[in-house]
Amino acid sequence: MSDLRDLYQEVILDHYRKPRNFRSLADANRKAEGFNPLCGDRLTLYVKLKDGVIADATFEGSGCAISTASASLLTESIKGKTEHEAEMLFQSFRDVVTGSGETPNTDLGKLDVLAGVREFPVRVKCATLAWHTLRAALASQKEPVSTE
Amino acid sequence: MKSTVNEIRAVEAAHLQFDVARWREDFPILKQTVHGKPLIYLDNAATSQKPASVIDCENRYYATLNANVHRGIHSLSQRATDAFEAAREKVRAFINAADTKEIVFTRGTTEAINLVAQSYGRSRFKAGDEILVTEMEHHSNIVPWQLLCEQTGARLRVAPIDDAGVLRMDKLEALVNPRTRLVAIAHVSNALGTVNPVRGIIELAHAVGAPVLVDGAQAAPHLKVDVSALDCDFYTFSGHKLYGPTGIGVLYGKFALLDAMPPYQGGGDMISRVTFEKTSYNALPFKFEAGTPNIAGTIGLAAAIDYVEAIGLDAIAAHENDLLDYATRRADELSGLTLIGTARDKASILSFTLEGIHPHEIGTILDHRGIAIRTGHHCAMPVMDHFGVPATARASFALYNTRNEVDALIEGVREVQALFGQ
Repeated sequence: MSDLRDLYQEVILDHYRKPRNFRSLADANRKAEGFNPLCGDRLTLYVKLKDGVIADATFEGSGCAISTASASLLTESIKGKTEHEAEMLFQSFRDVVTGSGETPNTDLGKLDVLAGVREFPVRVKCATLAWHTLRAALASQKEPVSTE
Repeated sequence: MKSTVNEIRAVEAAHLQFDVARWREDFPILKQTVHGKPLIYLDNAATSQKPASVIDCENRYYATLNANVHRGIHSLSQRATDAFEAAREKVRAFINAADTKEIVFTRGTTEAINLVAQSYGRSRFKAGDEILVTEMEHHSNIVPWQLLCEQTGARLRVAPIDDAGVLRMDKLEALVNPRTRLVAIAHVSNALGTVNPVRGIIELAHAVGAPVLVDGAQAAPHLKVDVSALDCDFYTFSGHKLYGPTGIGVLYGKFALLDAMPPYQGGGDMISRVTFEKTSYNALPFKFEAGTPNIAGTIGLAAAIDYVEAIGLDAIAAHENDLLDYATRRADELSGLTLIGTARDKASILSFTLEGIHPHEIGTILDHRGIAIRTGHHCAMPVMDHFGVPATARASFALYNTRNEVDALIEGVREVQALFGQ
């Protein structure tokens, strides 16, 4: 069962039970909705962008442990980053959870706890939902993001 | 006296266990392991496994019989046609239809429902007409009607369910009115397991002159279907949930209705004469079977019906009901588990949620124990909305499942709860 523990690490379960930045953001100037039709996960991501830097990020919604923890970790890890840095982080993160590409140049920091997802291909979409939603928010995309 | 009854029950149970062990031998796929554990397949409502007789039948068709049907003058084509049409007769007898002309082969239940919507509905319905469905329908018995409503201006009405997942017959009765042009209902709900009182609904609909389509995708593998006794106007089911191949399904329709309907798709086999000025159509059922059909799948479906009938739907239902009762009792032992769908009349489906744990975690963790269940909305999002959940975990039983497998399921769910610290 060690591989199940790789997926459900304590940090992930902790972020699932007590998601960080789990609220709406009154002064957000970027916002997007994400939806995973496969499992019904929904989230709304709020971003406050100031001079090209992500000053604050929060989220609301309901989802599985992986998608909730991923969204929670996302909000923590992108604060203070420029849009470009957030995009680089997204790409590195995606490479790690899909098991594609080479070892990322960017240090994933605590996002690394989600690396176990690569052994569970059907759960990759759970881990990347928040990130696709972030991209849509930064692009001021109106249509909700769907993982399908 | 009581002890005698118990002894008889014990003997019956022992016999059943013996039968199930024998039936399991018929399914080659059940011998494999998943993540190093013996496969426990509890996703039968999505699709059932296939006995060797069905697999061999399709093989044999391609190895010895393959030719196009209905047109060839050569021997092989004649033999293929004979086997294909024998399958139609097999299906007719299986659901007790009056005539093989009333049996149309389709790709599956979904295509059969779309056929009725587009052929029967589109040529007749107009603004102000009503189509009545229930809240527990599969998307395939909702969306074709929504498309039809967009095309014709007809209105979709929905009969609600209660919190046990039982159809509100009082509400349904109130919704049936002279504007009702068609009623489309599941015989058995795929998300809840509820068995609907279709006979009574058909009587209500017929009282206002509305025909009834019964979606039998989940019913055909579990209970004896008699379209003549039901007096339904259309009945649909899929081969692949009935231990048969994918890509083959059945539309039963009363002769007079089918005969008056325009073709659904145009092409070969569905015509009697084609000129550029005018084309006349073939007789039933061929009018609705454009193009080369799924011949191997159709003959495979006949083999599946042979298989099911050799065991007997009564024996299958008795075994599955025993499993469902047992699984329901075991599930009740688990705190934090909520059953979704607690109708008294249920077939083969145990849908549930765990407090604080998303169904997808249940699916992932059980998979690591070799247990295949379904997690998600089961193509019945309105049912999920009714119960206020994004998804459920669903175990669904077939003739080859055992009480030991139910025990493994319960153990697996305990592990899920332990992993999440509950």
